[in-house]
Amino acid sequence: MAIEIKNLNHIYGKDTIFEQYALKNINLTIEDGEFIGLIGHTGSGKSTLTQHLNGLLKASDGDILYNGENIYKEGYSLKDLRSKVGLVFQYPEHQLFEVDVFSDVCFGPKNLGLLPSEVEERAKEALEMVGLDENFYKQSPFELSGGQKRRVAIAGVLAMKPEVLILDEPTAGLDPRGRDDILGLVEKLHKEQGITIILVSHSMEDVAKYVSRLVVMNQGEKMFDGTPKEVFRHYKELEKIGLAAPQITYVVQALRARGIMVSEDVTTVEEARDEILKLWKR
Amino acid sequence: MGIIRAVNLIFDYIRHDDEQDKDEINHALRGVSLDIEEGSFVAILGHNGSGKSTFAKLMNGILLPTDGTVYISNMKTSDEEHLWEVRKTAGMVFQNPDNQIIGNVVEEDVGFGPENIGVPTEEIWERVDKSLEAVGMTAYRLQSPNKLSGGQKQRVAIAGVMAMKPRCIVLDEPTAMLDPNGRREVIKTVQELNKQEGITVLLITHYMEEVIEADRVVVMDDGQIVMDGTPKEVFSRVSELKEYRLDVPQVTELADELKAAGMDLPDGILTIDELVDRLVPILKEERA
Repeated sequence: MAIEIKNLNHIYGKDTIFEQYALKNINLTIEDGEFIGLIGHTGSGKSTLTQHLNGLLKASDGDILYNGENIYKEGYSLKDLRSKVGLVFQYPEHQLFEVDVFSDVCFGPKNLGLLPSEVEERAKEALEMVGLDENFYKQSPFELSGGQKRRVAIAGVLAMKPEVLILDEPTAGLDPRGRDDILGLVEKLHKEQGITIILVSHSMEDVAKYVSRLVVMNQGEKMFDGTPKEVFRHYKELEKIGLAAPQITYVVQALRARGIMVSEDVTTVEEARDEILKLWKR
Repeated sequence: MGIIRAVNLIFDYIRHDDEQDKDEINHALRGVSLDIEEGSFVAILGHNGSGKSTFAKLMNGILLPTDGTVYISNMKTSDEEHLWEVRKTAGMVFQNPDNQIIGNVVEEDVGFGPENIGVPTEEIWERVDKSLEAVGMTAYRLQSPNKLSGGQKQRVAIAGVMAMKPRCIVLDEPTAMLDPNGRREVIKTVQELNKQEGITVLLITHYMEEVIEADRVVVMDDGQIVMDGTPKEVFSRVSELKEYRLDVPQVTELADELKAAGMDLPDGILTIDELVDRLVPILKEERA
């Protein structure tokens, strides 16, 4: 029972003619250790939702419970919440600012008021987790490649030792290898550190491959919530709201339409290969 | 002879130390030659750091080559007297839509280019009308660009280039910052400009799905051209592409894996229909 969202509404421009629901009656429970994909087209409310989870935005009404405690309760420390729920924004490398990689990662924990030795310890750990060794410590973050910069930015959040990590499109603008590297890293953090992950993504192929639960947002409302397989069965409805299923889903549907009954549960290349070979060898 | 001709291009990024001595030399391009035919749609693929963006910036004289020559419709980009003509012939669209829009109103933004080269007012409006029409943004002409989506902003940026009446457009990862809808919008717009207006397109990207309909695909790695052919030819070499840190569309990958498992499938399957048409007879026969 890590995060419970209850009847959450967020209204922009309340009581004006521009009044608009950015989030409408969202109910969602995120368990400890889950790996959740959050999808929806631009303007669907997914970024607004993630910014509520660590208190950057306050709901117009409704509640958010973090480990059973209401974050809107008087006296609740949002500062603590923000160190437990880490948010990696889109293009996080734009937020790098220090003279070298190591100082940049130290910035967060330093502000928690920890001892210098503890700060350094955390920075080292975080950099190790993202796969950057000591050779990078004294380099300027601005002279690294796009993928490396992004790792530094993620390390900066990891150094806060979050229990929940929210990543808003962490692979935008990276090449295929950079994308696989970052997603592989996120998967490792989930498995080895047991961090709860919420991954905001535009790529259906990516979420099909990594997440165990998928939440689809549309016009501020939660539209689907289930395993990727369950959600991608609604591929026609997904198309209507400007999304799509992974390409493999379309191959499966086209085969089924021609009388080849490949299982509808197939969503990745490997699964499709195994299913088709099974039918072939029979 | 093509509209764009690159001959033995070499480009070095040189970093100087405090004493202005050469500190570090990064060879971004190591001898690239390419001849692009007028009216064609050419895609350049390559991972981050492969040299593809450097190559793009050499196309209209934003950067000048360390060695070698670029000819845009037979004008050297390094001849200063031709620079304006070169830039009018080859327009550029960049990755970040927010960095390319300067007007407060969409139509002003599109008219900015022609106004700067002294086109008569009447003609500016004609060009703005036509360009907005061509990218399907006429309905938004009086809006503020700030209120547009990423895909719409990119289309406005493309209209701004169109208003210069270029014969060639170079797009450097125009969809990298867009969502799937925006990406489709932009690619469709570019394809239409190519087909209907006959504009030569040089599209730089790392999204494989965007290049399937190109006439020609060029793959760059480590500052050199390593593959060059039709999409079918290039995508039939799956393992080689992976070595260059690139992906293939999921359908192509699936076909490749099935083939490796012994199925009789041709190389370079690019579309869902193609794969399904091949698979159905194989699977039906096995069961009969």
